[in-house]
Amino acid sequence: MSHSCCAAAVCEAPGKRKIVLVGNPNVGKSIFFSSWSGMYADVSNFPGTTVEISSGKIGEDVLLDTPGVYGVSSFNDEERVARDVILTADLVVNVVDATHLERDLFLTLQLVDMGIPMVVAMNFCDDAENLGIRIDSRKLEELLGVPVIPTAAVKNRGLKEVFAALPLARPGLSHPEVDQAVTRLLDRIDTRPEALMVLEGDVVVAERHGVAPENERERIYMLRRQRANEVVAATVIRPERAARLRDMLGQLCLHPVSGLVILLGVLWGCYQLIGVWVAGDIVGLTEETIMQGHWEPWIRGLIEPVIAESSILGQILIGEFGVLTMTITYLLGLLLPLVIGFYVALSILEDSGYLPRLATFVDRMMTAIGLNGRAVIPMILGLGCVQLGTITTRILGSKRERTIATSIINFVVPCSAQLGVIFGMLAAVGFTLSMTYAGVIFACLAIVGTVLNKFLPGRSSALLIDLPPMRLPRLTNVLRKTVIRTFFFMKEAYIWFFAGSLGVSLLQVTGGLKAWQDLVSPLTVNWLSLPAEASTAFVMGMVRRDFGAAGLTDLALSPWQVVVSLVVITLFVPCIASLMILFKERGVKEAMAVWVGAWVLAFSVGGILAQIVL
Amino acid sequence: MSLTDLRHGQCATITAIPDEYLRVQLLRFGITCGSEIRCHCKLPLGPVVLKFGSQEIAMGREIARMVSVQANR
Repeated sequence: MSHSCCAAAVCEAPGKRKIVLVGNPNVGKSIFFSSWSGMYADVSNFPGTTVEISSGKIGEDVLLDTPGVYGVSSFNDEERVARDVILTADLVVNVVDATHLERDLFLTLQLVDMGIPMVVAMNFCDDAENLGIRIDSRKLEELLGVPVIPTAAVKNRGLKEVFAALPLARPGLSHPEVDQAVTRLLDRIDTRPEALMVLEGDVVVAERHGVAPENERERIYMLRRQRANEVVAATVIRPERAARLRDMLGQLCLHPVSGLVILLGVLWGCYQLIGVWVAGDIVGLTEETIMQGHWEPWIRGLIEPVIAESSILGQILIGEFGVLTMTITYLLGLLLPLVIGFYVALSILEDSGYLPRLATFVDRMMTAIGLNGRAVIPMILGLGCVQLGTITTRILGSKRERTIATSIINFVVPCSAQLGVIFGMLAAVGFTLSMTYAGVIFACLAIVGTVLNKFLPGRSSALLIDLPPMRLPRLTNVLRKTVIRTFFFMKEAYIWFFAGSLGVSLLQVTGGLKAWQDLVSPLTVNWLSLPAEASTAFVMGMVRRDFGAAGLTDLALSPWQVVVSLVVITLFVPCIASLMILFKERGVKEAMAVWVGAWVLAFSVGGILAQIVL
Repeated sequence: MSLTDLRHGQCATITAIPDEYLRVQLLRFGITCGSEIRCHCKLPLGPVVLKFGSQEIAMGREIARMVSVQANR
């Protein structure tokens, strides 16, 4: 086996090194990142949710996290990003899943063939133990030629040991045939990793060096596959009958009948958690008792003596839509508890292993609208916040899918702050009417998706994912992920709230609000059969969706009027913040098309419904 | 026959994967011509879920149709 690279690749003295975390999706890289750098990175178990690179510092060195990938190449955005980061790495920490070595070692061996100094952190060792899997890590270390350290990152075990092993990082034992082929290219391409990429047919890297890409990928992949199998055979012992119960549970989730029952059960559970408990009881406490009962009078009392509430500045600060009163109440009293509740639910779904099975279960329906099962993730995240859903569509395989998913999220999917209010209002009108609302919304989703699927050019990608074993979610991990994600979301969203309420206050003060209301009013009263004040709610919905929904709760509406107004507000235009993201992600033309289309869709569907029932 | 023709629980060997991109994607999971897989379950008109070693892999019906297999006795 080769040692040619060892002498050359002596680690630079610590300080200013680039240390890169690499691994398959779902292996726990982010825990290493946040533990070592002290910074929070978004943590998710579902493939592709980290599409940006997180960077932090450990001492003098830079630590970089990469998206979870199955291999290094140019196939999709995640692998391209990972490839470019890895090519500049001084040291790689490869995190693998001890319960899935036969899969994870493929990437490990590719990194070994690249010849970058590395350390392997074998994570989920506690899970492996529970499943009765025994791994000889010494032998593994011997066969790979790099340090292999068992860890159980969620329990905080092994992290320090891996860190301590960094000085021992070294290039591994490359496959002799691959090594030979790479060495051949070294006269034209200066570094091993890049030479390997060219050998595997990477067009981009080849271009950078002004050579033609070679065609050895399949052969090398086969060799690597064989080697992975041999290594696993030599180091892993699996019990014959492992985890039957989990297997069966996993199968139940996929079966058409039991799968549907489970899905409905999960939806019901989420509704109870988010819709009833958080949106009802918790928000009642935080928004009404604490914020409106204590905070608002206090801040008004503080400002009033200095700036009269009736003055323009006073209106803006502490008036009805005041920046210091309503906005802060909403942020802390309504949005925060809802976002937390939502993320708790999502983290549980991820950690249990249910989420990929959900994607598989709904794949058939998704393909009908030009997407695949994976699109269920941006849609679920869109329920948290439309901005987040739009950004997450990047994980989808083609531009066409991104457009379809983004449109659906912005047209149809209501965000969590809105959802809370919507659930509350639906709870008051009873089951049948709630189902009618849901039915109308789903119908719109299907229509928008089908139409776009028919008219957009190109082909969408198909589902190809692995289903992790069902696990019992660990409370600490769920809480940790919830805290991190809530923090990141609030950090991003809060400024748009303030901007929004400033906008609404200005509109109110200048009479612009009344003007819009007068414009929309005839349509609202005659076409939608709703009270004129509902148009204020709709207008506010342009600035911030949840302001719109909440505006409806103050009105006296008959049950059917509630359904019509909720349909309109759900289908309505994206809020200013989401519109900004839309401009950024999809471009001006698409963003404007969505904005105008949403007006048309909301009022048409709402109007037709109103004509029928009111 | 293709993957979509397998019955629940039936074992088979992969004989051909004509599409190059699919071939490479599957190789990542370790699946190539000659690999032995078991049909874990099939959703009606939906994805096919395979068992390969200890892995469970879900494939959309469209691509599952493209993979030729030979059923094992």
